[in-house]
Amino acid sequence: MEPFDTHEHEVLVIGAGGAGLRAAIEASAMGCSVGLVTKSLLGKAHTVMAEGGIAAALAHLDPQDGWQTHFQDTMKGGSFLNHWRMAQLHAQESPDRVRELEQWGALFDRTPDGRILQRAFGGHTWKRLAHVGDRTGLEMIRTLQDRGVHQGLDVYMEFTVTKLFTDGGRIAGALAYRRDTGRFVLFRCKAIVIATGGVGKAYQVTSNSWEYTGDGQTLAFEAGAELIDMEFLQFHPTGMVWPPGVMGLLVTEGVRGEGGILRNSKGERFMWKYLPEARRHEYAADEAEARAWLDAAVEGQQTEARRPPELSTRDNVSRAIYTEVREGRGTPHGGAFLDISYMPAERIKKKLPSMYHQFKELADVDITATPMEVGPTTHYMMGGVRVEPDTGAATVPGLFAAGEASAGMHGANRLGGNSLSDLVVFGRRAGAGAAYYAKGLTATPRIPDAEIEAEMRGLLSPFERASGESPYEVHRALQECMGTNVGIFRIEKDLETALATLATLKQRAARVRVEGGRTYNPGWHLARDLRNMLVVSEAITRSALLRKESRGAHSRLDYTGLDPALGKVNMCAKRSGDGMQVGPTPLPEMPAELKALFDAAPQPAGKAT
Amino acid sequence: MSPEPQRKLSSSAGVAPAAAPSYRPATCTPPGAWRGAGYGQPFGATERTDTWWLMPLAQALGLGLLGLYATWAAFQGAHYEFGNYLSPFYSPLLKPAWWPISPAFLILWIPAGFRGTCYYYRKAYYRAFFADPSACAVGEPRKGYRGEVGFPWAIQNLHRYFMYFASILLVFLWWDVIRAFIFTDPDGSHYLAIGGGTLAILASNALLTMYSLSCHSLRHLVGGKLDCFSCAVAGGPRHGAWSRLSALNAHHMGYAWWSLFAVCFADFYVRMCSMGVFHDPMFVTFRHLFDYAPKISHFLL
Amino acid sequence: MSAGAVAGAIAGATAGAAAAAAGARVKAEATTAKREAVLRVYRGDASGGQEVEYQVPVETGMVVLDAIHWIQAHQAPDLAVRWNCKAAKCGSCSAEVNGKPALMCKSRMERFAPGEPIVVRPMKTFPIIRDLVTDVSWNFEVNQRIPPFQPRAGAEWKWQQHDVDRAQEFRKCIECFLCQDVCHVLRSHELKHQFAGPRFLVRIAGLEMHPIDGVDRTPFLKDSAGIGFCNITKCCTEVCPEDIHITDNAIIPLKERVVDRFYDPVQMVWRAITGK
Repeated sequence: MEPFDTHEHEVLVIGAGGAGLRAAIEASAMGCSVGLVTKSLLGKAHTVMAEGGIAAALAHLDPQDGWQTHFQDTMKGGSFLNHWRMAQLHAQESPDRVRELEQWGALFDRTPDGRILQRAFGGHTWKRLAHVGDRTGLEMIRTLQDRGVHQGLDVYMEFTVTKLFTDGGRIAGALAYRRDTGRFVLFRCKAIVIATGGVGKAYQVTSNSWEYTGDGQTLAFEAGAELIDMEFLQFHPTGMVWPPGVMGLLVTEGVRGEGGILRNSKGERFMWKYLPEARRHEYAADEAEARAWLDAAVEGQQTEARRPPELSTRDNVSRAIYTEVREGRGTPHGGAFLDISYMPAERIKKKLPSMYHQFKELADVDITATPMEVGPTTHYMMGGVRVEPDTGAATVPGLFAAGEASAGMHGANRLGGNSLSDLVVFGRRAGAGAAYYAKGLTATPRIPDAEIEAEMRGLLSPFERASGESPYEVHRALQECMGTNVGIFRIEKDLETALATLATLKQRAARVRVEGGRTYNPGWHLARDLRNMLVVSEAITRSALLRKESRGAHSRLDYTGLDPALGKVNMCAKRSGDGMQVGPTPLPEMPAELKALFDAAPQPAGKAT
Repeated sequence: MSPEPQRKLSSSAGVAPAAAPSYRPATCTPPGAWRGAGYGQPFGATERTDTWWLMPLAQALGLGLLGLYATWAAFQGAHYEFGNYLSPFYSPLLKPAWWPISPAFLILWIPAGFRGTCYYYRKAYYRAFFADPSACAVGEPRKGYRGEVGFPWAIQNLHRYFMYFASILLVFLWWDVIRAFIFTDPDGSHYLAIGGGTLAILASNALLTMYSLSCHSLRHLVGGKLDCFSCAVAGGPRHGAWSRLSALNAHHMGYAWWSLFAVCFADFYVRMCSMGVFHDPMFVTFRHLFDYAPKISHFLL
Repeated sequence: MSAGAVAGAIAGATAGAAAAAAGARVKAEATTAKREAVLRVYRGDASGGQEVEYQVPVETGMVVLDAIHWIQAHQAPDLAVRWNCKAAKCGSCSAEVNGKPALMCKSRMERFAPGEPIVVRPMKTFPIIRDLVTDVSWNFEVNQRIPPFQPRAGAEWKWQQHDVDRAQEFRKCIECFLCQDVCHVLRSHELKHQFAGPRFLVRIAGLEMHPIDGVDRTPFLKDSAGIGFCNITKCCTEVCPEDIHITDNAIIPLKERVVDRFYDPVQMVWRAITGK
């Protein structure tokens, strides 16, 4: 048998972003021996990319705010597909979690009276986002990281977990390899918390890093857990598609608010064509009127002129860009031109400084001189491991999940700012749940040697093939398949095509060949991550096929309306044999007192406090 | 503790870590355990493709030439005065009978020490003269290195005392500036005027003042040492002073160089006038200003 | 290792030729004309290695990390590189580009003259793992030894924005360890057992200047973090991708605090008299 190291912990946390760190801190504070495994170095997780802030009804600026309003906002944002209990817990506990971060050393921006400053954000009724400039995620991860390492966590950096073991249906441990040496490591543990983040790398245009390959979802799925809401993948309508240096990076809506014009490759300002008839009267009739509105906005004056068509709703803008590209009027790199360069350069620099610097520094693109190419970009996975709201327990005993890897909190669509608070609220709960479970377990579960050996053999097989494709080829094909067929707008035929393609890709992925040795070999790492991406891609596609309606982030061109019956179910993916079974599962019923919050008209109902 | 996951608040919320800080070494690894490819690279070894040697060379030349000039001028012990002008190297002019050499050395240790322990000049001369390092990511000539730990370099820590003395010196130097405006007629009457030397001495002192105000130690003493401005006595004004000095501090390097040039030039100008090489031009003259209050000028002189 | 490197070099040459032929057909666009860049990437591990040359087609706005990814996908699938966000926010892709410590995701290809080979090497302060990846775990060990944040007893959790502006600058740090890489105390003199390095002096500054932190880290600074080894030559500040004024705003103020405690004779006498 291939040699391996063994580590033993009561609780193993996979993923060291906000949720993983918070879970590990909690489990360790409850007296458990905790191992924290991360694919990257500590503190590099995707949490650092979060800019806007952390949503919590602290009511520092708007005293009317309270958890009820935050709860309502979250449920409405999620098209009521959220697990009500998660949304409730999140709204109730996030203020405590924010204060806790501060007590652990985080330095939030301040109000003039010396309290935590909050800013307004889309979908939130009141000013709710505690923030640190535009680097809130970094502040959060540093705070948690330092708290964690001083609390005595054992951190395993640059380890990739490839399999979870069960003993009589209960979690027993996990196998990992060290990315730096390629050596295998067996973790024996009683409970595992999955906090591995999202799935964005299955798509080519994404704001996500290489780590986001759906590892946690796949590990849980293969261990027998259920995945729900996988069809809800948040796309942002304006991400950069070109140049490659900034592909997928978000372009804030503020660009359009400042006068950004969307054009196709023929130079046509196409948004007028896509205004829904019912709301056409809200928008400018021609270029002159749009310009008049903009001039007035620049001067800060009132005007009779109506808004430019680019300020239509997000889904509508995405639909428009998508259609233009599909019909052959896309830019050379498959997007639309977003042009603000006709505005005075000084004004652009003043109103959009971060955008200006982002492009100038990272891409050498001067947005005051050249139009940007934009298109929808994969952003956030609402779906994931189905968990019990209070403890984060998955359907497999001993398995817990939190953060983006878990599901239920955000329903069909996530509000900005709710992800950072999700991480700490449910990270803490999952950590506590895992610790509680592990403490209650008397016998240490066992792992059969044969299973360990089989997994190691499987991992090493790409080295042994004399010929075979490069994993990069298969990855490219997967990204193309998902981008083309399971993108922001879906249609039955495409989804069927995707399923067929995924089946062949699965075979290709099983036959890839890897060059070189086991020491820090990214080709080998990708060969393994491919498998995970294929599993989550299949779950996304199958769930999307079943949801024959357009709701939240899931838009079907063949079913454009809402289906009330589908509003009462989540799509649930579960392993059956070697395959995947997807079907509807009823949404938990909201208790009457919470339902009453929505009946009380008019909204917003912050007065409920 | 009885862990109960459904409870309202975390057991760990707001509780500070129990362990008291312990002062262990920053790392517990034996020397050399983390060696990278940069260790022991020979002097000048680098993959840099730019002219990295240009800056340390220019600094060495600049500091070297100005330093040599200042030393030479200090040793002269003559030609440091011309009429109402006094070379800043010799101010305040002390001439005790028992002092055997140039009076400049009675005071010059102050600016020399102030600049020698200055956080900017340290960078410049460690790079230019000690090659420690000569430029970033370039191999160094020496193996042993103690930084500013221990004798003699721990003396750098007394920078603030040189700053105190230099501040006293500045008072005398501003006196000299005033004197540089007041000229004496052959008949003994005084008049106000602006000559070439007036401007040279004024510029030198203005830049010296900016150099002193932008000092890192001063910035620390006025407010930098506080952890929380709004919790401290007079925290508001101290924060105001600290942030203004911090803004000046960002230009400390510029003031260091310009003031050095200017002070050398002022000495050079006075010296040349005194030696009769330069003819001091008069730009503006206010002849009768002191007619009604001759005592003022007498007091100032 | 060397066999793989040679194979990589050959693959590089053929792919390069093909790409060059394709390049000839590309008509000049309004944007930067298509061109090729020569990258010399260090391939090797602890036992040794050498620079291997790759021809990479250059696209508008391309950064060195894109070029490395292109090489991975087309010529050397096992080329080891550490990276995450590709947006200068995580600090993973630190390396030395033409001898200068830099984030690869922030090193734009346009900055190099056409035809000029771009040399990409791993950081020289840390032991190499493979290719562009070094073992930076020493840094995490140091961090663990810094006395953590601990609020002053009875402190009120209220303070003004101007109280935290200073510390917020230090908390911008993305831990790319480029300052550690360029610092000659760690790089050339290998004093990792005595000196914590600029990154952790910045971290300590963030803790010390936290408005309600109650821990005194001055003795730690002097004796454990070895702040005296810093001779403020400012290379750390020069390479910081977050533009933190490491030397002027963090290290020098900390040195002054150490002076207050351990070197200022008047303050020492004063403390002896008042017993404070």
